[in-house]
Amino acid sequence: MRVLLALALLLLLTAAAEPKTTLPDVEDEVMCVECRTALNISQAPVADQERAFIRDRLAEGMTKDEIKDALVEEYGPAVLAVPERKGFDLTAWVVPGALVALAALGVSLLARRWRGTSGPAGGDDGADLDPDDARRLDADLAAFDR
Amino acid sequence: MRPRVYWPVTLAAAALVALLTYGVASVGPDTSLDEALRDGERVEAPVKDLPRLGSSGTGSLAEHAGKVVVLNVWASWCPPCKSEMPLLQRTHDRIAARDGMVLGIDTQDASDKALAFLREKRITFPSLRDRDREYGRDLGVSGYPETFLIDRQGRIAALRRGPIDQAWLDEHLEPLLKERT
Repeated sequence: MRVLLALALLLLLTAAAEPKTTLPDVEDEVMCVECRTALNISQAPVADQERAFIRDRLAEGMTKDEIKDALVEEYGPAVLAVPERKGFDLTAWVVPGALVALAALGVSLLARRWRGTSGPAGGDDGADLDPDDARRLDADLAAFDR
Repeated sequence: MRPRVYWPVTLAAAALVALLTYGVASVGPDTSLDEALRDGERVEAPVKDLPRLGSSGTGSLAEHAGKVVVLNVWASWCPPCKSEMPLLQRTHDRIAARDGMVLGIDTQDASDKALAFLREKRITFPSLRDRDREYGRDLGVSGYPETFLIDRQGRIAALRRGPIDQAWLDEHLEPLLKERT
């Protein structure tokens, strides 16, 4: 009996600790379907209807994801502020990343080519330096050190 | 600029400009239907299967071939749509015996709110749900309400962007009802 009571208390505490979904939580992730602005800044009549729809679902105890699914069911996928990560909408997530990767690859290839063609001919290790010039250079460097 | 680089860069820039031009041009409303009707032409009405509002299954304009259809695009959250609903219902009742009807297209609307709205206004003409406004885009809808008069051959004969009134119906609907297939 005590174990059962303890379990019930634990369940109650867990439920109380879980943050409840609120209207602003959902509002900033969906759009006003008619005016194409974020719902949390829209004052259009359809936006009022969408907010009422969300409030009704919150009163039924739905989670944020369940409410967003219900909104898509009623108004279509365009109600979401960000595209879904499935089906054709996945391209909206994949294509920008792929373009950035391609651009980075292009820049690195160009940089490598540029470095290969614009460097000083014959290298810079001084191996081809004339012995007289080498002596004069050493003398100049020694004078700098003094 | 080196010749090897010149053409790819020029072509890429031209493609970008074309894409931007298309993007800007495609944002504006499509007025080709308005222009055709102004010139006295009739345009084939788009047909699309849409879910029925308040019952199961789908329906489309094609089901009503041979009838004059007053196709009204509405939403329960749209105040002018509310005010023209009684006139549409009266029109539906009046033209039923003359092979005419009103067909509603409920757009971007919560179905429970739409049904409550129809009950409140005692509307009996059928409506289809255009959830994503895809059909509305085919019709060139730019606001609510909008009304399209479809002749017995399924062609758009007149349109009103905004609320209708009896005078507009008398001018455009009456001649259509007199036409036979």
